[in-house]
Amino acid sequence: MLEAEVIQSRRGGFTRRKFIKGVIAAGATASAAGYLFRGSGVLAPMLSAQGAVERLVTLSINGQQRRVDVPKQETLAMTLRYQLGLTGTKLGCDRAECGACTVLIDGVTHYGCSILTHSVRGREVTSIEGLEQDGQLHPVQQAVIDEGGFQCAFCAPGFTMSMVGMLTKNPDPTREEAAHLLAGNLCRCGDYDKILNTAMRAAELSRSRA
Amino acid sequence: MAENVIGTDISPPDLRAKITGRARYAEDFRAEGMVFAKLLLSPMPHARVRSVDTSAAEAMEGVLGILRASEMPVQAEGLGEGALTDEPLYEGEPILAVAAVDETIAAAAVEAIRVEFEQLPFVLDPLESLREGGPDARLDGNVGGRGEALTIKWPDSVFDEAGPDRLPMGEPAAEWAIGDVDAAFAEAEVIVEETIVHQSVTHHPMEPRSCMAYWQNGKLFLHGSTQSTERSRGSVARMAGVEADDVVFIGEYCGGGFGSKISGTPNMAIPAVMSRKIGRPVMLRITRYEENYIGRARAGFQGWAKIGLRSDGRMTALDLYLVQDGGPYGRASDFSTAGTVATAIYQPENMRFRGVPVYTNTPPRSAQRAPGGAQIVAMLEPLVDKAARELGVDRLEVRKINAPGHDGWLGENKAPFTSAYVREALDLGGELFNWEEKKQLSGQRNGSKVTGVGMGLSPFTAGSAGRDGLLVIRPDGKLHVHQGIGNLGTHSIADTARPAADVLDLSWDDVVIVWGDTSKHLPFSTVQAGSQTTHAHTRANHAAATAMVGLLQELAAQELGGSPSDYRVADGRVFRASNPAAGMDFAQAARRAMALGGKFSGEQFPEDLNDATKAAVAGLAGEGLIAAARDNYARAGAVFTWVATFAQVELDVETGEVEIVDLASTADCGTVMHPRSLAAQTNGGVFQGIGMAKSQRWVFDPKWGIPFTKRFYTARPPGILDVPRSPRFAAVNQPDPHTPVGAKGIGEPPVGAGEAAYACAVADAMGGLCLCRTPLTSDMILAELEGRPRPYGLLDTHV
Repeated sequence: MLEAEVIQSRRGGFTRRKFIKGVIAAGATASAAGYLFRGSGVLAPMLSAQGAVERLVTLSINGQQRRVDVPKQETLAMTLRYQLGLTGTKLGCDRAECGACTVLIDGVTHYGCSILTHSVRGREVTSIEGLEQDGQLHPVQQAVIDEGGFQCAFCAPGFTMSMVGMLTKNPDPTREEAAHLLAGNLCRCGDYDKILNTAMRAAELSRSRA
Repeated sequence: MAENVIGTDISPPDLRAKITGRARYAEDFRAEGMVFAKLLLSPMPHARVRSVDTSAAEAMEGVLGILRASEMPVQAEGLGEGALTDEPLYEGEPILAVAAVDETIAAAAVEAIRVEFEQLPFVLDPLESLREGGPDARLDGNVGGRGEALTIKWPDSVFDEAGPDRLPMGEPAAEWAIGDVDAAFAEAEVIVEETIVHQSVTHHPMEPRSCMAYWQNGKLFLHGSTQSTERSRGSVARMAGVEADDVVFIGEYCGGGFGSKISGTPNMAIPAVMSRKIGRPVMLRITRYEENYIGRARAGFQGWAKIGLRSDGRMTALDLYLVQDGGPYGRASDFSTAGTVATAIYQPENMRFRGVPVYTNTPPRSAQRAPGGAQIVAMLEPLVDKAARELGVDRLEVRKINAPGHDGWLGENKAPFTSAYVREALDLGGELFNWEEKKQLSGQRNGSKVTGVGMGLSPFTAGSAGRDGLLVIRPDGKLHVHQGIGNLGTHSIADTARPAADVLDLSWDDVVIVWGDTSKHLPFSTVQAGSQTTHAHTRANHAAATAMVGLLQELAAQELGGSPSDYRVADGRVFRASNPAAGMDFAQAARRAMALGGKFSGEQFPEDLNDATKAAVAGLAGEGLIAAARDNYARAGAVFTWVATFAQVELDVETGEVEIVDLASTADCGTVMHPRSLAAQTNGGVFQGIGMAKSQRWVFDPKWGIPFTKRFYTARPPGILDVPRSPRFAAVNQPDPHTPVGAKGIGEPPVGAGEAAYACAVADAMGGLCLCRTPLTSDMILAELEGRPRPYGLLDTHV
């Protein structure tokens, strides 16, 4: 069942409901404990009896091929943070409410907390650490510096990834359009004015570099 | 000459790390052999743990240890809170913790633990607890006193007399008065009175309070999320039962606090003590769900206010009664602060304040951006509008009539202010918003939408004094500014260093900020709360930089002849004023200082430094030219900032939805340090206030005492589409004369200003009808517009 769902999710038919079903099928503890990280493999034999997904997978992250041992129920955000050392992707809610964990999968924004790592095999994942190229900041990152963007900045990596995704969709957005395209991210400091300034500046920089 | 950096926009020096993923927040640190802890939370709002059976959990492979409340150095005692407890006072309070090699096992072990609870009476509504025979949240009482719980019960007659829609007002716990309020009401031209409800609100910073701890050589290393780095060390030490010298606190970045992470938070004790117990580094990740419980909240009020205006618009009488919903611990001082802050808005000629802080079995309260201030501004401003309408006075005008001037005063003791450019801020706001024209739009209908305009004026404390500055010029010629304050997103970690650059006439590029780790020798600092930081640490760094200039002059005179006053400091050099070629650069000065020792390199330092700073200087001694100084600048009066926010809204009378069309805010916060950041702080605070006024509900199941509104989607803070795309801001930018840099804080006052402006604009769109409650949700507005009976009582909380 899980494999079928993973395949379906790779075709783009991924839903929150299927995500939860996938997690339950994989035997994660359904409790008040919230998001969980499994690292030791102590219970691995028990789990492997429940499903037939290969744990050792190759992921394409920020242009690199990374081999990782991933339990079936692990989310991409957890794999990035706890297996690959990519802690730039933040967890603010782990329930698709805040967008702090936003990453790009094949250039499209996704909440890293709500997609299973196994479902991104063969797809190109970009996290905040992958934006800088040869020491040169991505136009969106440069725009943040130019505009002095963000306050506590815990939401910043997610917003930044959403802006990168936004620019591939609409390279020349109005302020209003940018607000709509970034509405999946929450900033509790309420720095939305500077975030929109940054988005507009990013679009400008992006066009001039292209 | 280096360019003055105060008043310019800079990119904060830590921004590149924040935007490349390199910035490490508490949960981003790893330690060799790190394991995970999970919490067992109370399933009941008030209970006693009868027995705990951990045998099944302990038998699980991978489980490393279980921590009980009795093992904690700090117990829940008196009004104080422990990190773990055997008498939970709210649903979700941590009972015990389990450590395991991974988090899934820890969580499975938590599920395998059997706890037998004895249910105890609980209370959610403060008024219920004030009734004779009503339940008490705590076994030792129902009302917060000084250091102990009190029991206050009001006779039934008090409730009967008030009826269902008016606040019952029995014996208060606190009371004060200015003048004779009854006599003033007798002579007032217009009197309005209302019963008002303000909800409690969870802080919910984006970063939950996850933390990680390990021990090395008897020292505790704790990675936590805090607003105040240096000041967290002591509180963590106390929680772990060790001396402050034995704690290294690392808090480089803080993903928001808003008052909920002022210094060490209780949950930090759990990985600290667990790690010592099991001999492994322990990470305690806090989920959003857990953050709702242990993450602190703003205190709510059920209140009553009566306002009397003279015919000229002057407020001659203000009578205020606040019943506080204060959670189960401590004594949230919001209610008393609210009374004091009210005087700073209106300077009422006569006033009476009464309040009673009641305990409830709901999550613990702490300061939240303008604690008490934001609530009272949002509660009173719509009422003042109502009185002004009845009197026929313009709403901006009535605020100007009553606002404090420089001879203004604060609170029952009528303390003076250091400065108060409040009317200037109101005038500036009126212009920025275009009040005269916009108020003509009031009530204008376009299809189903009705326009409303409103404003709010919000004061709050804005600075403390007596902290220390610590500067080091290193042999590379860079000026290192050691900052004990936290890095919570206000940019004050960098901005308060600006006076050091300006006093030394040094390029900002040559300034290095040292922060975020108490092993880096950080000076005694203010807690980053109460908007103290900008004022306090521009002073402290100004003092240290002034001392540094003196040391450079003395050093130059000693090395190059003449007297210290012959020398000037500019552009990274100390040189003879008469012959700029004769001098030395900062790198040379640092090397000379290291060779000379004594007062130049930190072997000696001023005696009046605070102890933490003395230790920091001793730790740095010999590493360069070191100047440390205490802020001894004279200051007389209360340091306050005022923010005025103006809002234009469109209320859809068919749906009850409100759209904010325009927002403009102004501030009297002294000298502007960082224009862009100041505007952002203000706008962000205004948005937080709007969230409280509009959408962030606080609802509990009355039968079981468990919260319904515990996540972002059930108590939603404003998103990017909920606020105008281009809010405007301007500052009066008049220096406060009681501080060398002229700066006052900005963190708190915008919240009440935004909340009040929204509430007043919505009331205006409803023809001046004040619903006197937050949050004011669409369904409530719609019920009112359609004349349907209210589905809630005027005094009901948890709506």
